[in-house]
Amino acid sequence: MILSFLEWLGSTPWSVALLESLYAWPLLESTHVLSLGLFVGTAVMNDLRLLGWTMDRVPVAEVTGRLLPWTRVGFVVMVISGLLIFYSNPVRYYQNIFFRVKVVLLIVAGLNAFVFHRGVHRRVAEWGLDALPPREARIAGAVSLVAWALIVVTGRMIAYNWFDCSLQPQPDWVNWAAGCVIQP
Amino acid sequence: MLLPVFEWCDATALGAAVRNSLWLFPVIESVHLLGLSVLGGALLVVDLRLLGVGLKKQTIAELAGQMRPWLLGAVSVMGVTGFLLFLSESIKCYYNDAFWLKIETLPVALLFSFTVRARVAGAGGLDASLRTRIVGAISIALWFTVAAAGRWIGFSG
Repeated sequence: MILSFLEWLGSTPWSVALLESLYAWPLLESTHVLSLGLFVGTAVMNDLRLLGWTMDRVPVAEVTGRLLPWTRVGFVVMVISGLLIFYSNPVRYYQNIFFRVKVVLLIVAGLNAFVFHRGVHRRVAEWGLDALPPREARIAGAVSLVAWALIVVTGRMIAYNWFDCSLQPQPDWVNWAAGCVIQP
Repeated sequence: MLLPVFEWCDATALGAAVRNSLWLFPVIESVHLLGLSVLGGALLVVDLRLLGVGLKKQTIAELAGQMRPWLLGAVSVMGVTGFLLFLSESIKCYYNDAFWLKIETLPVALLFSFTVRARVAGAGGLDASLRTRIVGAISIALWFTVAAAGRWIGFSG
């Protein structure tokens, strides 16, 4: 059912035009990739502070308060460009194993941020001046770094067609993981 | 004149190894992308500050000092991985306009970062001046050009 909706989505005129465009799609994807520098870059610096690996004399509240707004700007750009890229070829991305892993990792990263901000970060006034933040904060920083690094890598790997449903025969595990619909 | 150099690069065993391997190029390129992320962060923390925004309660000099090892590390990682990627497709790069834009802008960006920008940031206090803003803007413009041209290598002939 999801598949037939996505097939319809991919057949809409704007989707087709975007995928077949000479410059629009490359510019869109370039925006997505270059915005990594802003989004992941500032997030990394925030996470490194949480680990106590950089700017350890800067209060954590200031790093999160003054750097994260830029991370948020980057996040908006990444989401909008990412959704548009998905829209350009919905079925291919939906059935791409790397894309599926990336989505799971995005959820993990989001949950990690949510737990951090609702949890130990609420008490940042107590520990924010310390060079080395408490264990929960360090774990949040580490999980964030690993998650976003894997998100970047899986995102890049989406372009490879090694496990594409359209390139049968594929091993059974690929067909299962990618949700390929095999014609009898 | 440079073509023989590029042909030699293209024929190296290292270049061939990356080119012929199924997974080496993706792995090297992924590391290149991760380096890009760290480089972006290390640059922006200081460039935003030079522009007068971001971590305004810290002096520019302090932030520049903190970011320096990450800047150096990221540049090194990107240099090594970039060179390996280049070896695997040197001839393609030779005939690629985006490659030339990148390879000509990169030394300018590096030179600027480690001379003018380093000096201005190293002496930077709490206030952003016209000079710090210009330096920050130039830094962002140069590195953005390097990154954008780099991405465009894959999209052009």
